[in-house]
Order: sequence, then structure tokens, then C-alpha cells
Amino acid sequence: MSRNDNILKTIDWLTIAMFVAIMLFGWMNIYGASYNFEQTSIFDFGNRAGKQFVWILTALLMGGIILLIDSKVYNILAYIIYGIWIVVLIVTPILASDIKGSLSWIKLGPVSLQPAEFAKCFTALALAKYMGQYEYRIRDYKDLVVPGLLIMIPMFIIMVLQKETGSALVFLSFLLMFYREGMTGYVLLLGAAAICFFVLAIKLNVTTLPIGVGSASITVCMLAILLIDVYFIATKTKKPVTTWIFIAMNTISFGVALLINQWTPVDLGLVATITTGISSLYLLIISIKQKLRSIAFLMVFNILTGAYCYSCNFMFNNILRQHQRTRIEVLLGLKEDLSGAGYNVNQSKIAIGSGGVTGKGFLQGTQTKLKFVPEQDTDFIFCTVGEEWGFIGSAGLLILYLSLIMRLIHLAEKQKRQFNRIYGYCVAGILIFHLVINIGMVLGLLPVIGIPLPLFSYGGSSLWGFSILLFIFLKLDADGKVS
Amino acid sequence: MLNDKYYNRRYVITIVVTMIVMVYIGKLFSLQILDETTKNKAESNALLKQTISPSRGLIYDRNGKLLVLNQPIYEVSMIIQEMGKTFDTLGFCNALSIDTATFRQRMQEIQNRKKNRGYSRYTPQTFLSQLSKEEITPLQETLYKFPGIDIRKQTRRDYTYNAAAQILGSVGEVTQQEIDKNAYYATGDYTGKSGIERTYEVQLRGEKGVEIWMRDSRGRIQGKYKDGEMDEPAKQGKDITLTIDIELQKVAEELLNGKIGSMVAIAPKTGEVLAMASSPTWNPSLLVGRARSKNYQALLHDPTKPLLNRATQAQYSPGSTFKTVQALIALQEGAINSQTRYICNGRSSQPIRCTHSHGTQIDVINALEQSCNPYFYCAFRDLLEQGGYGEKNEHFKENYNRWRDYVMSFGFGQRFADSDISEQSSGNIPTTAFYDRYYGKKSWRALTIRSLSIGQGEILVTPLQLANMTAAIANEGYYVSPHLCKTDSLLEHRHTIDIDKKHFQLVKQGMQQVMEEGSSKWYKIEGIEIGGKTGTTQNGKDNKDHALFVGMAPMDAPEIVVAVIVENAGFGATWAAPIGSMIIEQYLKGKIERTYLYDHIAKTIINPDVKKR
Repeated sequence: MSRNDNILKTIDWLTIAMFVAIMLFGWMNIYGASYNFEQTSIFDFGNRAGKQFVWILTALLMGGIILLIDSKVYNILAYIIYGIWIVVLIVTPILASDIKGSLSWIKLGPVSLQPAEFAKCFTALALAKYMGQYEYRIRDYKDLVVPGLLIMIPMFIIMVLQKETGSALVFLSFLLMFYREGMTGYVLLLGAAAICFFVLAIKLNVTTLPIGVGSASITVCMLAILLIDVYFIATKTKKPVTTWIFIAMNTISFGVALLINQWTPVDLGLVATITTGISSLYLLIISIKQKLRSIAFLMVFNILTGAYCYSCNFMFNNILRQHQRTRIEVLLGLKEDLSGAGYNVNQSKIAIGSGGVTGKGFLQGTQTKLKFVPEQDTDFIFCTVGEEWGFIGSAGLLILYLSLIMRLIHLAEKQKRQFNRIYGYCVAGILIFHLVINIGMVLGLLPVIGIPLPLFSYGGSSLWGFSILLFIFLKLDADGKVS
Repeated sequence: MLNDKYYNRRYVITIVVTMIVMVYIGKLFSLQILDETTKNKAESNALLKQTISPSRGLIYDRNGKLLVLNQPIYEVSMIIQEMGKTFDTLGFCNALSIDTATFRQRMQEIQNRKKNRGYSRYTPQTFLSQLSKEEITPLQETLYKFPGIDIRKQTRRDYTYNAAAQILGSVGEVTQQEIDKNAYYATGDYTGKSGIERTYEVQLRGEKGVEIWMRDSRGRIQGKYKDGEMDEPAKQGKDITLTIDIELQKVAEELLNGKIGSMVAIAPKTGEVLAMASSPTWNPSLLVGRARSKNYQALLHDPTKPLLNRATQAQYSPGSTFKTVQALIALQEGAINSQTRYICNGRSSQPIRCTHSHGTQIDVINALEQSCNPYFYCAFRDLLEQGGYGEKNEHFKENYNRWRDYVMSFGFGQRFADSDISEQSSGNIPTTAFYDRYYGKKSWRALTIRSLSIGQGEILVTPLQLANMTAAIANEGYYVSPHLCKTDSLLEHRHTIDIDKKHFQLVKQGMQQVMEEGSSKWYKIEGIEIGGKTGTTQNGKDNKDHALFVGMAPMDAPEIVVAVIVENAGFGATWAAPIGSMIIEQYLKGKIERTYLYDHIAKTIINPDVKKR
């Protein structure tokens, strides 16, 4: 039996079927989005759908080539490819021309490519190689230093040098793989908590509380910290009295503050901060006396979280750029901005809503045709799906994506080599991240972050990037079955 | 399968992702199936943002006379989809008085996506713009016959006086560069291109408003979104009052008729520019509407350069008018005093000859009156040679730099940065570095740069700077940066000059003598004490001299100062002084009594190339 016969039997055809289905459905919608009632064929290379067809064919061709290459090269060459691509990423902004403030596009003859779209794949390979070493386990944070750097380097280049915030944030998706490989889940919870605090800080930017004055966000955040403290002290310490002392201390200090508040107004935010400070000192004492390292960490958590709370508003007002601020304010309902950032999301929601149960039918959508929805064949392509294919089509597409992700996780778990499993989880993570952020944005549930819908949005770099990512995994999987 | 203790985490991941997708599907369900409001919007759900242009602020003169206003004009737009197959092209063309070939050509331009990127059959496309009320009336009356055609009202600038074109500037369509630079502008907007229209663009333009309309699935307008709750009305532009006296401006422009030159009149106490004329000029109405680009090209290619605002952009040697400043600096630095006398040998003086015949051994007042060149050369030399030249000419260069600082403190050699006059040249007061380069470090001395002493040589000034110098003398030691808009804040921009009042009084006395006894004695004004200084600057071998004049009146408390330059006219006293004198008369008396003189000057053509526009 030749190798080619082998691959045809061992390859996971179900994944390929889902991959092709998504791609072709995307292609139809790109045609729909740019269709103008009077336009030419779907194969006309002058329009976007025609160009996308070329991208799809080349992507399939690339996939075929990847299936013919021995999968051992990925393990061997992982670091070298990664290194080369970091250089490419650094050089890109120098060669790139400024497209809407982003310096991430390189023109190669007739086509423009975005190297950042391929960086995810090569970073995943490097991570798989490092973390797939024999005996590698995530025991504590030291084991995550190198993988962390592997992620941060391209992320930094893409965010700072190429000014592509969306593409850079995608690298956070590797946290999912870390989690699967044994990183403590608290890191993800902490991340979620950080986002919650941030939203609280922006949204509760008031200084009058029902029971007095003080910054609402600070007070709420400090109380949350203290509650978390109580939970951890209760679970970690062996002496119940410690927990009771902690609770009593805080209750008394708040009680006194509220009592004073009856006569003269006290800044409750400040009181909460001071109480948290004293509690942290107490934690330090416990950790030394009872020799509990975890309590020491808790104290560090208190201080860092407290500082973070205080800096949220500052970060929001000074570090984020104006358009990012507006997007977040619109999302949190602090601002109705129908002429700017809110306009896009509003139009997108109307377009989706107008689809109803079954949609208006292929090429019959009017919202997208009349150019009311911006970026309608790239980041906002899901509008076209919603409008023309209705609830059935758009929910169906989401299920299809979910199935693909489940299938990838299933395949990853079946791998015999750690390298393969880690890489598989990277692929799944990236897909999840893109899907969640993109659809969340189009539905107005998340702020507008410009990242494409994988395998669906118009664009060669993105399509190629995802195809390479996926086919390398399929090849790894197929070869794993043979050996 | 690899065994490890984190195997169960695959379920956590799967469950979380599934939950998120379910939330999204739930949101889709609520948007597409539950939400009746979005469903009802299925017919009228598209929002159309329409920009509402504010009308531009008006411009008044200092006496409240309206100079610039807005006039309605009309734009014809079409939604091609709605025009249908039975559109009466011929009737439409007749109503607009165009032929069908023009119609077809225009349609092609509209439908060409390369030229008209925003083209769509469903949105309004501009067919013709800048039509007057007369041009639009026939179409307006028969509009019901033409489906898909719409008439939109806009405004354009209109001028009540044929004057002050350079001051007012013009308004034109924004260029792509301007759009890229400033997010406020969109294609088809208008912006101030020059003059006051440019300086005060932000105040004059106001702020655009937005109306949000709902449209049905075919793009037809169904009504206001949320009953207009989200609309933002346009903010009208602010009106602006200029410091210009339009009657004075008209007189100035008429007096410069047929000549190349300029005139600046300033109220010295406030720095307000009372009139600022540059000849040749044009009728401001020429740069409005459809004829704008044609007329602009004609002005641009006119060899007499009317677009150049000579009052603020042209640079000349100040000639003898500069002797006032020379006298002040020499007096302040102690190089001369009011009694100092120098010998003048008339035409045989060395190194600079005197062009006037007068007695010799004269003092500074007489020297100003007679515009004695040798006197000012000697004073300049003595000023620069105070304390000798020094080992490496360092004393001399120090003296020169001090002299230069004084000159700069009169506003020369730089643009007025705190002024609202948009087009300015800086002029030039040469630096020591320049002469070091030109002559070599040790090879130049007072004798080398003697021309400076009488305001010739490398020194260049603008008429605006000359008028400002006169204002500083009139104020006896300070000036307020000249400006065109009546804004109180500009009054704080007072620049003081480090020269004693008594020296200014001496120079003013000299300037009064000029008008009493000296070169301009023929242009006294009855009942008004006036001071002045003429200048005649050489201008190459083959060209006639430029005529210059600066003046102020009344002498006890000057209310107006003027600077006049007439290019290639000959003696300052013959051409520039009478113009300056009549400007002063017009401003202080409200009329010109010397009508014979007025007619004579206004009708004299010195440069036959100057076109009246």
C-alpha cells in the first residue's frame, strides 16, 4: 500500500466535510453580501465572491499538500518555523502600507497577505513542541514561563508594532490549552474576575451609594475581595477561629464606619480599601504563623486586585483609544451612539432580526445590499447569514461550528502523543475564540473587536491560516493512527 | 490514549463552549423570532443617516455693515432605481435647459464606479449642483412628472460689496487631502480656502447635524427614526465682525486702481486693521458657484498675480521709511542724541550720496525731514562701531545683533504669530551668520552693510509690518499684533519695545516735519496734524523705483496709521504719500474733500497690465 492510499483511509473525513461545508456556505454569503441586484456571476474574479473562490481552491490545494508531507517535520522544525515567522512579523510593519491605521498587510504582487494570520499556527507548533517534551508537566507557574513567552512575543509584535489589537488578542486562546494541560483553573477565573471588575468600574462610576458616599465600584470590588478571602481562609486554615477573627474584624470596622456615617459622611470606598489593607496584613500574619503559603498568595492577590480596581478607570480613560472606549461604552449601555460605533451594531442587529425564522432567501437580503452594515463580507458576515437564512440558517451555522469544535476536541483527546494533543487543543482554542468574539460582537453582546469568522469571512490570509492550522492537525491525527 | 489526571477537563471546556453557543442561539431566537419590533422593522428597518449642513456664519464690517451672506442654491439628485423605464428624459433636460448628450454623459459619470465610488441604484446621486433659483424654477414646477428626482437646497456665499476679496478669502470644496487630515469633512463639503474664511473656518462653518430616517427594503424613506429623537440639529456658524471699515477699504482699492501695490491701515491703539488693500484684486463673487474653478484658473495664471495678497505676502525694501527705526535705535543706544549733527555733502557724499539738497550739519529731526542718507549712514556706523570692532569683530557683531533685536522687536523679520491674518510672509532682517557666510567671518563691517542704514540692501519687509512699525511709533513704544477680527482677546497681545518714550516723541516730531516742510508737504490735510515718511526704493537698474509712504494722524493721539506701497511708480512723495493722506482723510473725516486729487490718483494707470475684475 502506498502512503497516498494510507492517508485516504486514515484521514478524518468528518472534519474535512464540516470544514468544506463551512467554507462553501461562507462563499455563498460573501456573494450575497456583495450582490447588488444587478451583479455578475459568483465566479466573476472581479468581485469578492470570485476572489474568495480562488482563495478556497488554493486553500484546498494547500491542505492536500500538507497531507502529503510527513508529519514528523512539524515536530522537528517547530522552533525554526516559529523563529522565522517572528522575524517576518517584525519586518511586516516596515514593509506594510498603512491600511486604516493597521500596519499588518504585506503586498505580494496582486494579493495582500497578513502574516499575523499564520502566526497562530506556528506559535501552536512551537508550544506543542515545548510542552510535548517527555516529562513536561505543568506543576507550578515556572513551567509556564517559556510557553508564556512563546505567546507573548508574537502578541506584543502584532499589538504594538502592527497595531492589530484583534489579531493579537487571539493569542489569549492558548490559555484554554494551558488549562487542559493542567494550569490551575484559577487563572481563567482570575481573568474572568478581572473583566468583571473592569466592567463594574466603568459601569458603576458613581459616588453615591444607597447607604452613603464613596466610589461604588471600589466599594463593591473590595467587598468582593474580602468575600473571596473568607472562602479561602475557611478552606485552607486548619483553625476555624482564624476565619471567625477575620470575619469579626471586618464586620466591626464596617460597623464603626457606618455608625460614624450617621453623623458625618465617610467615604465608604476608602473605608473598604483600608479594611482590605488591614485584612491583608492579618493574612500575612496567619501565613507566617500557620506556615501557609497559599494564604500568602491570597494576600498578594488582595494587593494586586486592589491596585487593579483603582487603575481600571485610569486604564479606561488613558490607555484605551477613543474608538475602543466608545465601543465599550456603547456595549455597556452608557452611551447611545447611533451615528458611530453603535450604528454598526444596531444595523447588524436589525439585519439579523429582519431574517425571521427562515430568512429572506439567498440573495434576497436588503439590509446588507443597501450597504447599511459595515464590513458586511468580512467581520460582520454573520449578518448576511441571519438576514438571508433566518434563525434556522444562523443557528444551524453555530451548531455546525460547535460540532467542528467538539470533533477537534474529541480527536485531540484520542492522540497518543502529547505533541498532537496540545496542538489539537490550540486549534480548537483558536476556533472557539474567533467564534465567540466574532458572533458576540455581531449580536451586540461583546464589544466590537475586528476579528473574522473562521473559514467564513472574506479574506485570503484568514482562510489560508485556518486551513493550514487545521490540515496540519488532520495530518498529525492520520499519522498517529498508522504508527 | 494518554492517561492523565486532567482528562476530565475536556468536559469542562466542552460544556462552557456549548453554553456560550446556546446563549448566542438564544439571542438569535430573541432577535429573529421573539422580538416583534425588529420583525416589524422588516419593512422599514434600514436607517439612513443624512447629514444636515449648517449655514455658514455671516461676516460684518466694524460698523456692522453686512459684507458676506449666504444665498440659496439648488442641487438636483436622482435615485436611479425609482426613475423607471418610462422616465421622460427629454422633458427633464428641457426643464434644466441641458441637451440630451449632456444628460447621457452625466449619467455615465454617475454610474462609473471608479469615479463615483458611492454609487448605488438605491441611494440619491448628485446629478447637477450649484444651480441658482432661476435655473431650478422650471424643474421645481414640474417635479411631480419626474419620479426619483429630488431637489435639495444648499447655500453659497454672496457678497454685498465688490471689495476686500483678499481679506475675506473664498470658500471651496474640500480636497481629498483635507478630508484625510480632518475627520469632520466629507466629500462635497465646503471649507474656507483663504483669508478670513480659512482662519475662522471652525467658527464660521458651525457644526453639521444628523437626521436619521427609516427606509424600507427598497430604500424608500418611511419617516423619521424614533420620531426624530436621535437627530442632532445642525449648529449654525457663528457670525464674525471684522475690524475692517468697508468704506475705507473701497476707497483704498479705488485709489490703487491701475497700479500694482498695496495699502494697510491700522488703528494703532488696538492693532485693528482698518483697511488692507492689495492691487490687482478681484470681485469676490467671481470665486463662487459653478464659475469658481474657471475664474480661479484665470486669477492663478494672471501675470500680475492678483491672488498674492501684496499687503501681507509681498516683501520689499522699506527704504527711507526705515530711517524712523534707525533713528530710534541710534538714540536709545546713545550712538546719537537729539543734538548730534553730521555733515552732508549732498550728491557728492561718501559712501552714500544724498538725494535731497538741504543745509548741512543737521540734527536728527532735520535729517528725518530731509531724509538725509549720509546722516543715517553715519548714525548706523557709529552705532555698530561702539566700543570698536574687537579682536574678532566680536564687539561689532554684538552691536549688530543688538541692533537686529531692536528691529525684530518692531515686528520685522517674522510673521505675526498671534494674528488671524492667514497669509503672511516673514520678511527678512539678515543675521550675522548670513553675512559671515556671504562675506567671510571677518570681512564685513559697517561700511559693507551701509545700505541697511537707509533701509535698502538685504532687508525685506511686508507692507503689514511697515504699518505695524508706524503703529508702534504712534503708540510711543508698543504695538498690538495687527488683526482682522473684532476679538477682545487679541488686545492682550501687546508687544513692547525697549526704547524710551522721549525718543519716539523726537521721531514723531521729525515725521510731522516731513508733512509740514519735507517731501510730502503738498499732502497736508486741512485741520488735521499729520506725520509721515516717504520712501523711494531702488529696484534694479531697468525697473522704475517703488514708491512708499507711512503716516499717522492726528499727531497728538494717533487714531490711524497707514503704509502704502506702489510698485514701479517713482517717487514715494508723488504716488504713495497722496494715497496715504487721502486714506487718513477718509477715515478721520468720513469723506474726501480733495476730490480733484482723488480723481487724479484713482484714474491714473501706472501699470497697464492690471485688469479690473
